[in-house]
Amino acid sequence: MSKVTNILVCGVGGQGVMTATEILAEAAISLGFDVKKTEVAGMSQRGGVVTSHLRFGHEVLSPQILPGEADLLIGFESAEALRWGHMLRPAGVALVNSGRIVPPVVNIGLFDYPEQPVAQMRTLGLRVHDFDATALAVQLGNIRLGNTVMLGASSDWLPFPAEVLRDAVLARFGSRKPKLVDANREAFAAGRRAVAGETLAA
Amino acid sequence: MSASQPVPAAARLFLSGNEAVARAVWEAGTRVAAAYPGTPSTEILEVLAKYPDLYTEWSVNEKVSLEVALGASMVGARAFCAMKHVGLNVASDALMTMTVTGTEGGLVIAVADDVGMSSSQNEQDSRYWGRFAHLPVLEPADSQEAYAMTRAAFELSERFRTPVILRLTTRICHVKGVVVAGEREAVEPGGFTKDPRRWVMVPGNAKPRLPLMFEREAAVRAEAETSPLNFVVDGSDRRIGFVTSGPAFMHVREAFPDAPVFKLGLSCPPPLDSLGKFAATVDTVLVVEETEPLLETELKAAGIACHGKDVLPRTGELAPDALHLGVARLRGEVVAEPEHVVPQQVFPRPPTMCVACPHLGVYYTLSQMRNVMIAGDIGCYTLGAGHPWNALDSCISMGASMGTALGMDKGRGKVDENKKVVAVIGDSTFMHMGMQGLLDITWNRGNVTVLLLDNRAVGMTGGQDNPGSGRDLHGEETTRVDFAKLCEALGVKKERIRVLDPYQLPVLFKALREETKIEEPSVIITDRPCVLIDHYVPTKPYLVKEDRCTGCGNCVDVGCPAIHVTRRDKEVKASGKEVDLSFVRIDTSACTGCGLCVQPCAPEAIIHAEPVQTLQPVQFVRK
Ligand SMILES: Cc1ncc(C[n+]2csc(CCOP(=O)(O)OP(=O)(O)O)c2C)c(N)n1
Ligand code: SF4
Ligand code: SF4
Repeated sequence: MSKVTNILVCGVGGQGVMTATEILAEAAISLGFDVKKTEVAGMSQRGGVVTSHLRFGHEVLSPQILPGEADLLIGFESAEALRWGHMLRPAGVALVNSGRIVPPVVNIGLFDYPEQPVAQMRTLGLRVHDFDATALAVQLGNIRLGNTVMLGASSDWLPFPAEVLRDAVLARFGSRKPKLVDANREAFAAGRRAVAGETLAA
Repeated sequence: MSASQPVPAAARLFLSGNEAVARAVWEAGTRVAAAYPGTPSTEILEVLAKYPDLYTEWSVNEKVSLEVALGASMVGARAFCAMKHVGLNVASDALMTMTVTGTEGGLVIAVADDVGMSSSQNEQDSRYWGRFAHLPVLEPADSQEAYAMTRAAFELSERFRTPVILRLTTRICHVKGVVVAGEREAVEPGGFTKDPRRWVMVPGNAKPRLPLMFEREAAVRAEAETSPLNFVVDGSDRRIGFVTSGPAFMHVREAFPDAPVFKLGLSCPPPLDSLGKFAATVDTVLVVEETEPLLETELKAAGIACHGKDVLPRTGELAPDALHLGVARLRGEVVAEPEHVVPQQVFPRPPTMCVACPHLGVYYTLSQMRNVMIAGDIGCYTLGAGHPWNALDSCISMGASMGTALGMDKGRGKVDENKKVVAVIGDSTFMHMGMQGLLDITWNRGNVTVLLLDNRAVGMTGGQDNPGSGRDLHGEETTRVDFAKLCEALGVKKERIRVLDPYQLPVLFKALREETKIEEPSVIITDRPCVLIDHYVPTKPYLVKEDRCTGCGNCVDVGCPAIHVTRRDKEVKASGKEVDLSFVRIDTSACTGCGLCVQPCAPEAIIHAEPVQTLQPVQFVRK
């Protein structure tokens, strides 16, 4: 088991990118892997770019994923997924929330939001699965479930069973908020379904 | 807040470098720990505060925190303080004499360099302080080492009776890794011994101690030669031998797994004999250090030939990709084209102020003023330099707005004669280093209007308490500073001090206009809590009635991130002038009803909304 798995999670400050990566890390630790997780967040708590690198395997040295080395890119926001597309290795996979968060610099007309970020990624030759995690979360009644939807979507692309990740998600709420467990189980399953057909095809 | 719960002694913990340091400080039996917040070091004290049986505090600035730690060390207690890199500049006056007195109880100073500058005003290499002050410097490479070296630092400190610098970087502080932790030691303070020749640093007492400082440095150097914190990882490819410290060690191992590596944990003073022997076993030595060529220079001075910054970047992190490039340069090899896709140009996404941040009102108002020079400071309000306000003209160091404003006032020539000088400073920054500057303004009759933004929190670093919030690090009630009285005591006339609500734009505008006209020091204190803290109470959100919106874009100039432009257009006015139109929508699930954007909206298109679906608490979720 010398291979190290590299997962890059990206999004916008406030979306829960770091928490999601933390949960992925907990799942990997529960299986006895060596794990390192690093954030490049800057002043991200207020709407800036956030990326979180997760590496696990038998032994992990550098915590950083280099361009072209990510096995999995989990994009919480479309333009952010495009921004970090070059981090994927040629056979890597991107799971992208097609929802958009438009920043003030675009609002006031200084920059344009890319017209079709996901299509642009595909044109580059990247393997992308996109789905509207934000809409799914809102359908389930709480926009904050978007986080769990994304984790559910990623769960069939990991080198361990999806259930391990699901249990790590639910363990977060189990003791304190039983009602949240149901909502999150639902959201996890919805995320899994959103990419399921494509996993089988792949 | 990113503080986590204290962890029990257990086999495998998943800790950030900051959490690992906190754990080790607690285990070391430390009695006093003090800090001023600053990225990336903030979480160390936040985590320590949750451990039992030790005193922890937010200090008003780093110099005070270091002095608190020294006082505790004087009475024989183990003591700790933490700060970001620039904090040690502030504390350095105390540091440079502490090294002469030495310590009694173990004293460890954690200093976190923001290598890569994710959230700082500069990048600097704090390892210099070890050289400057003749102090030992320890450099962990990951969380496990951060833990182990913190424990080792206390032992080293007591053995050599010296403060020890624990040098962290962002890539240590904010990286999580697996740590095996232990139990807390019981350490009882040895007590204070009256000894003026040791503690009263007048020339007659300090002079005889200088040779002791150099003797100590020599002893630590000898220790570095044999310390297990310095070791060689052998390798079969002897073309390049790496000398490295800190997180760069992991990058070197990742990039060149077969190369021999001399890893420095106790990196100052460096073990030059051992390094010389290592150099003799490899063809070429490459020093990989973040960020200044310190070891490189020391090696060269010792006659050990090596490479370093001639092939490696002078700034930022030395991640494996930078190392590959540097080594290729060194070997004269051509670097292969990367196989991954080309990075795509995407709009920048700079951090924004929060929805309903009370600073929004201040910057909207400042952006409407003409002929002002606005000396700024460091905090969330530094974002006022950006779009859409462009209403901050400088940012240097904590408290610098006061002095620079006074200097602008005194130094201006004819071209700036008609400009007003305004200084903008946050409450925490004011108490950190701003108060002295205000005293300088009043004492020297400066013509400056100070905007003191009291949001009862250290917003920038996550909303920590400060003397203006009336609560301490533990959230417990304590003295609350009265800013109006404080400014009055510092010499500002009572009638030149106003306390007002930054959500009331006309009031703010009128006050600023009046105070900048009067040629005397004046202070406008804005009084509204940061939205991150529990003093802040959200109210009913607003929405835009589309049929009333004329697209004037006035509300967009407030800069609240809950306001989104939905459509752009152009209109030719009766005067023949073409104007841009921006039609807007308010994200009602984000708006917290501060009412700021309502005020510049002439057609009254912004009205209260009922809470929408997504705001409902999660309990209502049903399949
Ligand atoms: C010497 C130094 N210490 C710490 C910091 C980190 N830091 C930046 S701004 C800031 C305080 C901001 O608080 P405040 O002035 O109240 O403004 P706010 O962010 O709340 O608007 C801190 C601690 C720094 N930049 N320099
Ligand atoms: S954290 Fe507080 S001070 Fe900073 S932008 Fe948000 S509301 Fe404003
Ligand atoms: S009222 Fe306007 S400025 Fe205030 S939070 Fe809502 S959208 Fe933002």
